[in-house]
Amino acid sequence: MTILSTQELSRHFDGLQAVRNVSLGIPAGQVRALIGPNGAGKTTLVGMISGRIPPSSGRVHFDGADITALPAHVRIRRGMAYTFQITSVFERLPAQENVTLAARRHLKAPEVDSATLEALERVGLLELRDQEAGDLAYGHQRLLEIAMGLVQRPRLLILDEPTQGLTDSEIAGFKKLVRELAGKTTILLIEHNMNVVMEVADQVTVLNFGEVLAEGTPDDIRADRAVQAAYLGTG
Amino acid sequence: MSARAKIIALHGGLLVLLFVLQFILPAYHHGNLARIMVLASYAVGYNILFGYTGLLSLGHALFFAAGMYGMGLGIQHLGLTVAPAMLAGVIAGAVVSGALALLALRTAGVAFMIVTLMFAQAGYLTVLYFGEYTRGDEGFVIQQAQRMLWGIDLSDPTNRYFAALMLFALCLIVSLWLVRHPFGKTLIAIRENEERVRMLGYNIYTHKLIAMVVSGTISATAGAAYGLLFGYAGASFASVQYSIFPLLWVLLGGAGTVLGPFIGTLFMFYLIDLSSGITTAYMLIAGVVLVLLTLFAPQGLAGELRNRIWRWLP
Repeated sequence: MTILSTQELSRHFDGLQAVRNVSLGIPAGQVRALIGPNGAGKTTLVGMISGRIPPSSGRVHFDGADITALPAHVRIRRGMAYTFQITSVFERLPAQENVTLAARRHLKAPEVDSATLEALERVGLLELRDQEAGDLAYGHQRLLEIAMGLVQRPRLLILDEPTQGLTDSEIAGFKKLVRELAGKTTILLIEHNMNVVMEVADQVTVLNFGEVLAEGTPDDIRADRAVQAAYLGTG
Repeated sequence: MSARAKIIALHGGLLVLLFVLQFILPAYHHGNLARIMVLASYAVGYNILFGYTGLLSLGHALFFAAGMYGMGLGIQHLGLTVAPAMLAGVIAGAVVSGALALLALRTAGVAFMIVTLMFAQAGYLTVLYFGEYTRGDEGFVIQQAQRMLWGIDLSDPTNRYFAALMLFALCLIVSLWLVRHPFGKTLIAIRENEERVRMLGYNIYTHKLIAMVVSGTISATAGAAYGLLFGYAGASFASVQYSIFPLLWVLLGGAGTVLGPFIGTLFMFYLIDLSSGITTAYMLIAGVVLVLLTLFAPQGLAGELRNRIWRWLP
């Protein structure tokens, strides 16, 4: 079953065509990576999927319903979670309160505390829960973003460059986390780290100049000459 | 002591202190403190929108005056007794703040400040325009006979002090409860990072709307009480000055702290009171002190207290 699909989705900013006629279909439970050079339109595309950016044309379907006209907060209520590319935590609130805010909108009151602690534990921030988010190391703030996504128990989790700024051991932890979620949660992952993409993604979509350049399994993509030319270099 | 116990001890302690001061203070300061408690209630209402939700309104005089005139006109022209008149003031505040919220919340930032300022000015002019009923700038006195609540004479200084204390205690408790409640915590999160809250699935508009109605209704309750306890309603309370006052009080006392509005109001009241005893250019002294405070305690008095000593201060 397809949980998320876009039909001919486009967005231009004045003269700049950021995304052009992108049609995607993501089956429930899949880990889909979205890759492409800087400026390829990845963040604009997920912005239109999550409702942060209105599309110039095209439709978005989520869970069998056309959500193109719905505001972002309603889409989130329907089971999407979005983590920001540029870390966007509540800096002056404790780490735990950050996650609690995310949990409260989606879970029943008695579950909130235990779910919050569980999400903090999963990303390895349990011990730092009383620290103000702004005092956490950058990598820890990234992990806090992920915990805020996880705790919502989303059906579609959109992660915008989650491993940027993480250490190798944190990246290993992140890969393990994605593998645990795979099958249950659909994940749309924007990622620059090719090791992460090759290891965790079921399918990869490559964007270039706002258009889908290629789509396939990680191995297909690695072998694709057009992708190599546009993005991966010769390696 | 847990944070919760400390919070209860501190805020309860202030209320007990205010209660006890009633028996100790000389008449002059006794009267001042009653006035300060009512004005601090106004500041508490302002703080919910400005300090906790992060919306800077320049039009709260509209709500203060809505409460004052809702109550005063009810007594003067409809012959209401005190309790229904107070209720009329509170309802007037809720309706006016709800209506303004529907319009003003379509804007943000500087535009929000200007829209609230303009509507408050329109409210002020409306009071002048209907001078036949409101008596405009001159205002009208609410007679002692009209200020009897269940046989209690609210013009009597002791009764007035207790009424002011009860109003202030109510506002303080509501404010404390609100900011520790999940709804209030969401407002704080909106202040900190609105876009992030939206992307957690919260409806920002509804939250701001409710915050503005709560803030406006508390302000109107203070306005109605002020008119009732001090026996006068006049257009000056609807002027821009009364929109700026709560902003100053809250900034000085500490925006986004529960005690800040009271501390700021107390401080400012006595700053003007004491400096006007020294010179006729008392606004100069007040101004210099305000500049110094902004320089050295930008978070306000209670805000600095929280930053330096009491991290748990709500």
